[in-house]
Order: sequence, then C-alpha cells, then structure tokens
Amino acid sequence: MRHIISILMENEPGALSRVAGLFSARGYNIESLTVATTEDPTLSRMTIVTSGNDAIIEQIIKQLNKLIDVVKVLDLNDGKHIERELMLIKVKASNTYRDEMKRMCDIFRGRIIDVTDGSFTIELTGSGHKLDAFIESLDKSAILETVRTGASGIGRGDRILKL
Amino acid sequence: MKDPITPNQHEETTVQFTGAEILIKCLHAENVKYVFGYPGGAVLNIYDAIYQQDKFEHILVRHEQAALHAADAYSRSTGEVGVALVTSGPGATNAVTGIATAYMDSIPMVVISGQVPTYAIGEDAFQECDTVGITRPCVKHNFLIKDINDIAPVMKKAFHVAATGRPGPVLVDIPKDITATLNRFEYPQKVEMRSYNPIIKGHAGQIKKALKLLAEAKRPMIYTGGGVVLGNASAELTQFIQSMGFPTTSTLMGLGGYPSTDKQSLGMLGMHGTYEANMAMQECDVLLAVGARFDDRVIGNPEHFLSRPRTIIHIDIDPSSISKRVKIDVPIVGDVKSVLTDLNALIKEEKPAQNTAALADWMKQIEAWRGKRFSDFALDDKLIKPQQVIKTLYEVTKGEAFITSDVGQHQMWAAQYYPFDKPRRWINSGGLGTMGVGLPYAMGVQLAHPEAQVACITGEASIQMCIQELSTCKQYNLPIKVITLNNRYMGMVRQWQEFFYENRYSESYMNALPDFIKLAEAYGHVGMRITDPADVEDALKEAFSPKLKDRMVFMDFITDQTENVFPMVPNGKGLSEMITGKNG
Ligand SMILES: Cc1ncc(C[n+]2csc(CCOP(=O)(O)OP(=O)(O)O)c2C)c(N)n1
Ligand SMILES: [Mg+2]
Repeated sequence: MRHIISILMENEPGALSRVAGLFSARGYNIESLTVATTEDPTLSRMTIVTSGNDAIIEQIIKQLNKLIDVVKVLDLNDGKHIERELMLIKVKASNTYRDEMKRMCDIFRGRIIDVTDGSFTIELTGSGHKLDAFIESLDKSAILETVRTGASGIGRGDRILKL
Repeated sequence: MKDPITPNQHEETTVQFTGAEILIKCLHAENVKYVFGYPGGAVLNIYDAIYQQDKFEHILVRHEQAALHAADAYSRSTGEVGVALVTSGPGATNAVTGIATAYMDSIPMVVISGQVPTYAIGEDAFQECDTVGITRPCVKHNFLIKDINDIAPVMKKAFHVAATGRPGPVLVDIPKDITATLNRFEYPQKVEMRSYNPIIKGHAGQIKKALKLLAEAKRPMIYTGGGVVLGNASAELTQFIQSMGFPTTSTLMGLGGYPSTDKQSLGMLGMHGTYEANMAMQECDVLLAVGARFDDRVIGNPEHFLSRPRTIIHIDIDPSSISKRVKIDVPIVGDVKSVLTDLNALIKEEKPAQNTAALADWMKQIEAWRGKRFSDFALDDKLIKPQQVIKTLYEVTKGEAFITSDVGQHQMWAAQYYPFDKPRRWINSGGLGTMGVGLPYAMGVQLAHPEAQVACITGEASIQMCIQELSTCKQYNLPIKVITLNNRYMGMVRQWQEFFYENRYSESYMNALPDFIKLAEAYGHVGMRITDPADVEDALKEAFSPKLKDRMVFMDFITDQTENVFPMVPNGKGLSEMITGKNG
C-alpha cells in the first residue's frame, strides 16, 4: 500500500543522503521525496511517498527513527491527512491551442504564470491524481515540458509533527 | 617528560591549542588508553600531537584494517569504546572492512580519519576520498568536521553515540587544515541530542505480560544473543534463568552470557548449533529472545520456524530489531540489563506459580535430545581431529582463556568445543564474518588484558589475511598463542562444495602455503608444527608453559582435511532439519 511518511530531521549536510541511502540499502522503494527547511532553520521536513505491506512500512518507520539525525517520524496514513503536489507544465499555446489551454487550466484551477507567443507555463497544485488527470486530459503533443515536486503531506487538524 | 598538551588548570580555558591537540585532549577526557592507528599525510598534525603526550599509548599496526579490528576487540573484551586513527584516502578505505565488521556486531568504536584540507575537498586532491560517504552505510553515525569549534562537541557526541543505545562505530573525519587551526579547548560536560534518546527502561505492562506467559508455559525456552554481552547483563540473565529453571541457548555472539557449562545451557543454536538447542527452539511454546535478532544463521528458514505455533517475547534495545524477520507477540524495547532487572524484581514480588509438571516433562525431552550426543567425536590415531585441538586447549587453559577466532570451520569448532562461562571471553566476527580478524582481535584483547592467556583459533587461509600483524605482536611483545587448524582447505567453503556442489572443490584448496614455522621465526616468534594426535596435549602445554609465557607461539596443527562441522542446518532449511553427521 502507498504510504506518505513525514520526517522531521536535523538540517545537517548529509542528512538527505542518509535517508536516501537507507532506502536503497534496504531495498525500500521511493515514489517521491521532497525536503526543505522548516520555520526553524535547524530542522528540515521531508515527505517520502513509499509503498509496502504493513511489516515493511513498520520497518521503514523504525529504521528512519534509528538514524541519528532524524528527530521525528510520522506515517500520515495513520490518520486523516492532506497531500499536495505542485506541477509546472509548459504547453503549446499557439493560435489553435490558446483558448483550449486557457479553458483546461481554469477547469483544473491552475494558473498561467508565464506567457509567450507560442506557450503557456501553468502552475497546478493538488493531489498526484489530479496532476495526472490534468496531463491525461491534454493532447500529448501539446506538452512541452513538465516538472513536479513530488507530494508534500500534512496531518489534518490536531495531528501536528513538531518538536 | 612534561606534557605540553596538558597545561595548568588555570591556563586551560585561555590557552590556544591546535585542532590536533584539541583532538588529543578529547581522547584524554574520554580516558582512552589505547589508540590503534597508522600515520599518513592528512594526520601528521595529529601524530605530532600524539608524540607530545603520554596519557594513551598508540599501537602502530601494519595495515589499517588491523587497527580497526584491534580497537574493536579491545572494546569487545572490555566494554569500553575502542579508538582507531587512520589517514585519508587509502587509510580510510583500508579501514572500511574493520568498520563494517564492528557495525554488524554493534561494537562501540570511535574512528578518526584524516581528510584533505577543507579548501581541497571535492577537487580530487591527493589521497582524497569521500570517507563520510563511503562509510555511511556501515557506521552508526559519522561526522565531517568543518569548523575548529566543532572538534570537542563532535568528539563528545561521537563517544556518546558509539556507547549508548544499540552501540556501534562512529567515524569522525577531520580535514588537515583544521588540525592546524588554533582554538581554545573546552570539553562539553554532557551531550544533549534532541534526535537521539535511546529507550532504556522497558514497559512495565509488557514485562508483566511476559512473566505471566513464561510462568504458564509448558515448554519455555530462552534464546540469548550478543545484546546480553554488550549490555553487561550476564548476572541478571543468570539470575533470571536459574530462578525460573528454564533451558537456555545462545547465539554465536552471545556465548558466555550464561555459563555454558551449566546444565540449563543447551549450548549454541543455529546453523551449527547443538541438536538439543535447535530442537528446543523449534518445539518450545513460549520463547523469550534477549538481545538477539532472529537472523538467518540462527533460525534458518523463517517460514519453517513459524510453522510451529509459539508465543514470542523479545527484549531488545533496538526497536528495528523487533518484528524484522519474525513477528513478535510481546515486544519489550529497552536495555536488556534494565529489563532483566525489572523482570527479576517482579519474580521476587509475584512469585508466579509455574507449570512445574509440564516443565519437568519438557526438561526430560531436552535431556533425551541431549542424550543423542551428536557433539561427540571420535579421535583418530593418525590424523589430528580439529575438535581434539579445541577440547585440549580448553583443558590446558582451564577454560579461562580469551579466545579470538577467524572465520570458517575452525570458528564453529571453537564455539562448539570451548564452552565459555564468562562474557567477553569469546571474540569473533559473527555478523560480517570477516576472515582475518583473529590475529588483530587477539592483539586488542592481549593489550586490554596483559596478564590473561589469549589464543587465536584460526585457519591457514584466514590467518594469511592479516598475517603482517605478526610484526606488530613482536613490537609490543604480545604473547598471543596462534592455534592454526591447518586443513589445507578453505574448509567451510569445501564443506559447502561437498554437500551442495557434488564435491566440485572450486578454488577452495590452499595451495603453496608458507612454512608457518619459518614465517613465525622470521617475525621473531616461536613456531611449532604438530602432526601427530598424540602430541597435541604436550604441545599446547608447552605453548602455555611459564617458559613461553612471554612469547608469541604460532602453532600449526596439521588436521584431518575431510572433517566437517556438524550439526548443520543447510541454507533455507528449518532448524529441526539438521544434518547430524557421523553420529546421526
Ligand atoms: C574476507 C572474507 N573472504 C571470504 C570469506 C568466505 N569464507 C568463509 S570461510 C572461508 C574459508 C576459511 O578457511 P580457513 O581460514 O582455512 O578456515 P577453515 O574453514 O578451513 O577452518 C571463506 C573463504 C570470508 N568469510 N571473509
Ligand atoms: Mg582451512
């Protein structure tokens, strides 16, 4: 099953490679991994999307906790949570496509953030499924370039991952 | 000699020291007695500071791998943190085998490696390698020091992380320019790490539950591992087992955690465990694992193991060891010594009623298994049996020696025929199974215990992997006795080829062996070759006699080439599916 794991870790050089190294060394898979510092600059927050049966996920959580730089780990799937991913997608927007692209962008609540004669760059956030759906709905030949951040996740309401 | 690194008390906080001197002062603050190492360009400043101090002794090995192994064995035999020092690049890469060996057996060590100067990092400088990157998967933690102010706090953390929780090696990589930078020295009093707080105390409710299950068990069994030795929990374990009257078995790493010669001990379990231990493991109804990790060499095929219903309780300091290979019913995360202390207190308090009739039947069953005497071996009048050598060694040393071993058949025979009654006497590489550890292990042990008898049980293949250390043994007058079971084969490899590859002995024959006697003599030691079974005892007596007390003796026992280690649980088979050998 797909799990979203949130990690709070020391913002130290090498911390990221410790996590990535753990996943490759133990054969766990990574669907996506995002990391950035938090409001406290000494801490980084990482979101890893992985998959595995319950025993594997339990081991992943334990192994992550064992890393000396890791402060806290939370399996977001243990409770209600929200997941968002950002995609920047550059599409053809020449005369024939222009209106169509604008309309698709509106339907998916995207924003056009860069415009040239021949292209739009659209910013779209949502669950991974939504981003997939947007790509699906476009004519493949109209897509010039895509870049996705991978999922970030956060617990709903009182579920807070903090020191 | 006045030690310039130790100024008067009042100077302490104002005087400036080089990074190298600060590093040495950290080692002094940690009461380090030995540093095992090898110099090179990136650590010259550190070596210069070592030259000017006399609080610890530096042991100059002949290959960095041996420095790591010796520091590792120093730790295994004392419980203290072992310290090794190597230079950048090849020094660090040579150390990797030793680091990985310690990591797999959870041995607390601090490894200091030199690095090229900070300004040269990343430029493929001479003798540069990404030591932190290379060692990351085989250390508990590592650090690259980039600021002179970090030396003391990082060293404090390194020793703390290495020794606490589930122990392990910690590497500190120090660029050369930092060892020359000046700074004040202040060693932190304590460490606080928000990200690292090992759990010590076991959950009281779980401990209660465990005791109830054990007391009510019909066929209880205790299975102990290296965690008992590392956690200094022998006394608590012994009290527990004796008060409950349970049978107990140990992994290769846990030997000595409970007195092996006691009747409640079934000896070692696993791939080459005793028949009675493996059968009892398989047939028990409540199993208590203490500081052990259910690894593949211990429980065999996990599906086969789980095909028998039983309730499993597991005490371990490392949560990730619990339910890793086998689902645990009652996990108790905590320090084994602390948990066993609580368990013993609970027994005193509750005096739980045991199922004595069932327990008596169970012990009877175990005695029947033991009565098959699969561990007996027949002497030969022409060929020396390897088991004979170990058994005689046991008698000659009255079971009091520290025994190190290499990896192979000889290691298994040592574990089987030299019963250990005390912890930290049996020093070997269980997890990584590193050939070559035996001799450097013996060096670390002999330095830690100068008056003790130290024997290295090895094979003619393994000993050649760190044979250069005979020179180190000469330099420091280490009177180690090397017991080579010379079967002219990589015996363990040959055994597998005999059983599973239809006798195709591919590259397992040790051709062109050196004359070990001459070799030992060339290094300044005493050499003995023993070929006749009738001479085994006298030769060992001579080697351990007062006459040779201060000499290293290299004993080359020419043994039966065809001998195999039994019982044997073939790879992928279940514990009760042993091949029992000639007696079976
Ligand atoms: C560094 C290393 N290389 C290879 C092996 C694989 N291996 C395990 S036992 C063994 C043979 C050991 O031969 P020897 O030291 O003569 O001991 P014996 O089995 O004959 O007692 C080998 C090659 C290993 N454990 N370590
Ligand atoms: Mg051999």
